[in-house]
Amino acid sequence: MIAIIDYDAGNIRSVGNALQRLGVEYELTADPARILAADKVILPGVGNAAEAMESLRSRGLCELVKSLRRPVLGICVGLQLMCRDSEEGPTQGLGIFDARVRRFAETPDAKVPHMGWNTLGNLDSKLFKGMEGGSFVYFVHSYYPELCPDTIATCRHGDCLFSAALKYENFYGTQFHPEKSGSVGAAILRNFLAL
Amino acid sequence: MVAKRIIPCLDVKDGGVVKGINFEGLREVGDAVEMGVQYARDGADELVYLDISATQEGRRTFAGLVERIALGIDIPFTVGGGIGSIEDAARLLDAGADKISLNSAAIADPSLIGRIALKYGSQFVVVAIDAKCIEGRWTCTTHGGKRLTDVELFAWAREAGEILFTSMDHDGTRAGYADAVYARLADELTIPVIASGGAGSVEDIRRVLCEGRADAALAASIFHYGQIPIPTLKQALRAAGINVRM
Repeated sequence: MIAIIDYDAGNIRSVGNALQRLGVEYELTADPARILAADKVILPGVGNAAEAMESLRSRGLCELVKSLRRPVLGICVGLQLMCRDSEEGPTQGLGIFDARVRRFAETPDAKVPHMGWNTLGNLDSKLFKGMEGGSFVYFVHSYYPELCPDTIATCRHGDCLFSAALKYENFYGTQFHPEKSGSVGAAILRNFLAL
Repeated sequence: MVAKRIIPCLDVKDGGVVKGINFEGLREVGDAVEMGVQYARDGADELVYLDISATQEGRRTFAGLVERIALGIDIPFTVGGGIGSIEDAARLLDAGADKISLNSAAIADPSLIGRIALKYGSQFVVVAIDAKCIEGRWTCTTHGGKRLTDVELFAWAREAGEILFTSMDHDGTRAGYADAVYARLADELTIPVIASGGAGSVEDIRRVLCEGRADAALAASIFHYGQIPIPTLKQALRAAGINVRM
């Protein structure tokens, strides 16, 4: 069973919809026992990182997420919560990935939020099996995870090269939305489910 | 770099996609979910669904439809039309919408933009502006362009998260977008701008993305009637040196 952590952080339903399109059963839950029992866990998230962090904390799920030993995928703000900290708020993160989350500087070439389809580079993970660099995925965010040793894919917005995806042991994160990235996104979700 | 977006817009009335023909009323052109799935398959980057139902019954049908759209399509979509409160926004978010567009209600109460953005993130809020040029001044309108307000476009646009700007002077003409206004918005704003109103040809879309420097081009009729298939459009734009997702 796939568990999607339900912690009142934005459009969580769309991840479930994507799994349903792939014919995969899932459970939307904040129950620690159900999350621990799941084969794979997805931590979604849209909106404000500090509020999302507080929402996760108030459900007593921070330590639980860090303790998971099966594959975990953080998406967008879900990934940002797994980083060291974020300038949004600011807030501390779970510290799984060795990256800080910063705000994009607005320039004529780089509007904020970074919204739309952009290409992935430097792919280096089973998460991207069968894919080539230059594949387009959908982003919508104003804050980004820096490059760090855990980076497994990069993306460029204006002058800023940032981590489009991160991995540390069994933890994965994508700053983009695979659930909204057409057939490329579906392939990434399938790769995660096959880990 | 982030690609320029191509966005088909679907007007929905009582569950079906409709299109006005030569100002003589509405004709149903297809099923909202099926059309969305087909557009996504053809390479549309995003979709906009506007609820033009006039009745409460129609609005309830729309919320149910948003759930089916969210399950059916694998690209982002915005929903708009008649959203007047944070509760309306929450209902559509729960149904699976990626973004909502606010129009008349945001002009009546500009604080609504900030309140929804604070709760759900600014990426969730698109402000749709329908404006007309009156004696050289771009003036916002409400109620589908029928009511003039005293709000000037360039003052207002700063308040939003993403702008969907329709020139009522160009909408429906198929004679090209209001390129100069988009270029001015691009100079003055640091948030993305979606151009809407006036698409009649590939060249119109190329111009608004190049000279108008719009981040996205929205159109309805040219897509609904198959006048310009999206793959053809994107190949032509790419050949013209525009960064689009293929």
